[in-house]
Amino acid sequence: MINILIAIVVFLIIVTLVQTLRVSELLSEINNTDVNEITDEDNNTQGKLYLVVGFLFLGFVIWQMVYWNHFLLPPASSVHGEIIDGLMSFTMNLILVAFFILSLLLFYYAFKYRGKKTNTAYFYSHNNKLEIMWTIIPTIVLSGVIVYGLQTWNKAMNPDTSNSKVIEVYSKQFDWTARYSGDDNTLGKANYKLVQGRNQLGVDLSDESAQDDIVVREVHLVKDEPVLLKFRSQDVIHSAYLPHFRVQMNCVPGMTTQFAFIPTKTTIEMRETEGEDFDYILLCNKICGVAHYNMQMKFVVETKEEHDIWLAQQKTLKNTLTLK
Amino acid sequence: MSEHHKETFITKYIFSQDHKMIAKQFLITGMLMAVIGMIMSALFRLQLANPGQSFAILEMLLGKWAPGGVLDPSMYLALVTMHGTILVFWVLTAGLSGTFANLLIPLQIGARDMASGFLNMLSYWFFFLATIVLLWSLFVETGPASAGWTIYPPLSALPQAIPGSGMGMTLWLISIALFVVGGLLGSLNYVVTILNLRTKGMSMQRLPLTIWAILLTAILVVLSFPVLLSAALLLIMDRSFGTSFYLSDIIINGEVLHNVGGSPILFEHLFWFLGHPEVYIILLPALGLVSEIIAVNSRKPIFGYKAMVGALIAIAFLSFIVWGHHMFMTGMNPFLGSVFTFTTLLIAIPSAIKVFNYLATLWKGNIRFTPAMLFAIALVSTFITGGLTGLILGDSALDINVHDTYFVVGHFHIVMGLSAIFGMFAGVYHWFPRMYGRMMNKNFGYIHFWGTFISAYGVFFPMHFLGLAGLPRRYYTNSAFPMFDGLADINSVITFFALSGAVFQLIFLFNFFYSIFKGTKSVQNPWRSNTLEWTAPIERMHGNWPGEIPHVYRWPYDYSKPGADEDFVPQTEPLKEGEQEH
Repeated sequence: MINILIAIVVFLIIVTLVQTLRVSELLSEINNTDVNEITDEDNNTQGKLYLVVGFLFLGFVIWQMVYWNHFLLPPASSVHGEIIDGLMSFTMNLILVAFFILSLLLFYYAFKYRGKKTNTAYFYSHNNKLEIMWTIIPTIVLSGVIVYGLQTWNKAMNPDTSNSKVIEVYSKQFDWTARYSGDDNTLGKANYKLVQGRNQLGVDLSDESAQDDIVVREVHLVKDEPVLLKFRSQDVIHSAYLPHFRVQMNCVPGMTTQFAFIPTKTTIEMRETEGEDFDYILLCNKICGVAHYNMQMKFVVETKEEHDIWLAQQKTLKNTLTLK
Repeated sequence: MSEHHKETFITKYIFSQDHKMIAKQFLITGMLMAVIGMIMSALFRLQLANPGQSFAILEMLLGKWAPGGVLDPSMYLALVTMHGTILVFWVLTAGLSGTFANLLIPLQIGARDMASGFLNMLSYWFFFLATIVLLWSLFVETGPASAGWTIYPPLSALPQAIPGSGMGMTLWLISIALFVVGGLLGSLNYVVTILNLRTKGMSMQRLPLTIWAILLTAILVVLSFPVLLSAALLLIMDRSFGTSFYLSDIIINGEVLHNVGGSPILFEHLFWFLGHPEVYIILLPALGLVSEIIAVNSRKPIFGYKAMVGALIAIAFLSFIVWGHHMFMTGMNPFLGSVFTFTTLLIAIPSAIKVFNYLATLWKGNIRFTPAMLFAIALVSTFITGGLTGLILGDSALDINVHDTYFVVGHFHIVMGLSAIFGMFAGVYHWFPRMYGRMMNKNFGYIHFWGTFISAYGVFFPMHFLGLAGLPRRYYTNSAFPMFDGLADINSVITFFALSGAVFQLIFLFNFFYSIFKGTKSVQNPWRSNTLEWTAPIERMHGNWPGEIPHVYRWPYDYSKPGADEDFVPQTEPLKEGEQEH
């Protein structure tokens, strides 16, 4: 029934469209004009519409910036993240200024120079001085953006990791597992062929440095202590995304990738500004299969004391898996 | 040449070697695919705004893929994948370039047809076969390809990883291989034709910017699509013949695979070596069409012709050395990331020049608002809006946090999707009289434009906010994370505009098909334009001009030239005594 109704409505809409077209064509035939000729009146209406709709669009942009601002991620909770935020607001301000100026000019010109049969356009084919100027100015501005960007990139990607605590983040469809490197701060060797039974990460249990490794389903970090995350994947490409720390790195089967950072705010501190139920979350950010949208792991940032208590409760591999 | 051979129905409408007919074939096929791609996006937008809610229409159209009217997550990914594939390759590559390169190259440079009409026909029919295979893949049991349009292995290589990587993926790869062959045949032909068959007097400095843009696009296709073909062939080997180009150290569903030594990153490099030029393969023709349309309708020469050509060449060149910016987060050496950031941000310079020159062309113009002109100005707007966010995504340090989020989705839909589709609409409205000898209805064009323009920004601008909130793309629902709960409102806004935008396209489709048969008859040169295509007779004829091909004496942009009798001087008009070229 509903389908028949829809079909009737669509049919009626088409009939209406055809009839509207016929009427406008017949009218113009009577008046001896061409229905599709662009008249001065058309130019006037469309030019004004461009200005109005253009302003509405810019207004909509400002409205979104005001009312949706609280959806944006809170300030970074990591040392390098704060530098990235600085670059972000610099770049964002720059492009917003350019966006508003250029858009306003475009909409204004469309309105201002709307045509009239009696007007003549100004023949103006080029102006080398002007063109050189508007090549050089963007070049200078961009040089600044590039230099600032590369400095930030190098700071973020090449930190000193000699004192970092090493933690492995292991991905597979559709969950995450973490492995602490233990007291020796060295991860035991691993091989995908060893994945079996409870040895979910394929750790080589004959390796001495694997003995004190700790496998967990929730990562706890210490505030202000550097950490080096090493990523592996068991099946397809995943991407470890920790938006609050401004951390992201792909997890690629067959290779190890890494990202080092220093968390600066505990979960409890964040809850004061972000609400009681706030948690740091690791998301998957590379399409990885059917449940890609729900592949997550909790991260907790806490004080050294809290962290030590938590860590002491976890079992080392030596204690969980039977060693040969 | 043409008067003597008889045309049958088959040689005229099906296996035609006439570039004008082939252009129409590309356009109609592209439009059909655009409708399919748009319906797909409407379906998944519906579910995104209403997670878990049941819709009868989903079950009606998708059957077992939407049990109880709720979209299945794997079908969601399949729809996203096919929407991307169809829009990027079928609509904005073949539909856009195929239509306007075929229509405009011979007509604007003054040639009887393409250098090889036969290759040109083959180019369409390979494309047609690719279309059939792609549509077939929608109906296989395990569903169409669903690893994203970028089909990164191992997800795309292993049928165990996702249902769509079964038969659907095989057909996708075959379809793309056919598509590439068609694209190469066409593009080689375009390059050869433009370089060799220009009429007397049509020097490179007198080429319309449309032709310059199409020439550079065709060169990009010839240099980059073979790389996609080889990437696809290696993937086929991995999938079906047990090789390990892209696979290593994998356990899937508890099964240990034998593959060792390959790298998925290799695929990403090969893919994006095509993929980034592809962005400009889509965009450049649109910029070319719009350069012409803005000049004609501002009744002014395009400002800074040489700079416009230079900017096109610079963009085309740079597009080959920036592909790594899609891969900042793959674990590539940070130094390599720096290099790609540098080259990527350089593209902003020629892009800025183009924007300034468009603005300068409008300045002190006498603008005639045809529907084509409205869309052309809208392209400049989306090129500004979307281009600027490129400064954030191209900057590797900032990409860390916005990579693969909705910020990217907003960015590329605006700068590439909207710009190219606006360019295509502009082109269709502008050259419709040349294609069918009739006019499209002006008022329906106006309604279509405003509905589309407003809806388009309503869909894609809010996506920046989703991305800055940290929402990853390709999520079936964002209800699995409490931190995204507040974003439901934004999703509803986007879906509202997406559906309203779709409705306005019906007006365009109606106007298009109605006007083919019933539109008012076009005059010889309806837009009072300078270029050669408007000197050819309206009646379609093989060979384009009866008698001799007109000679060219000036550039195509002598609009409102002081001293001229009218506000346009066709290229066929010899220079008057003492007249400077420009």
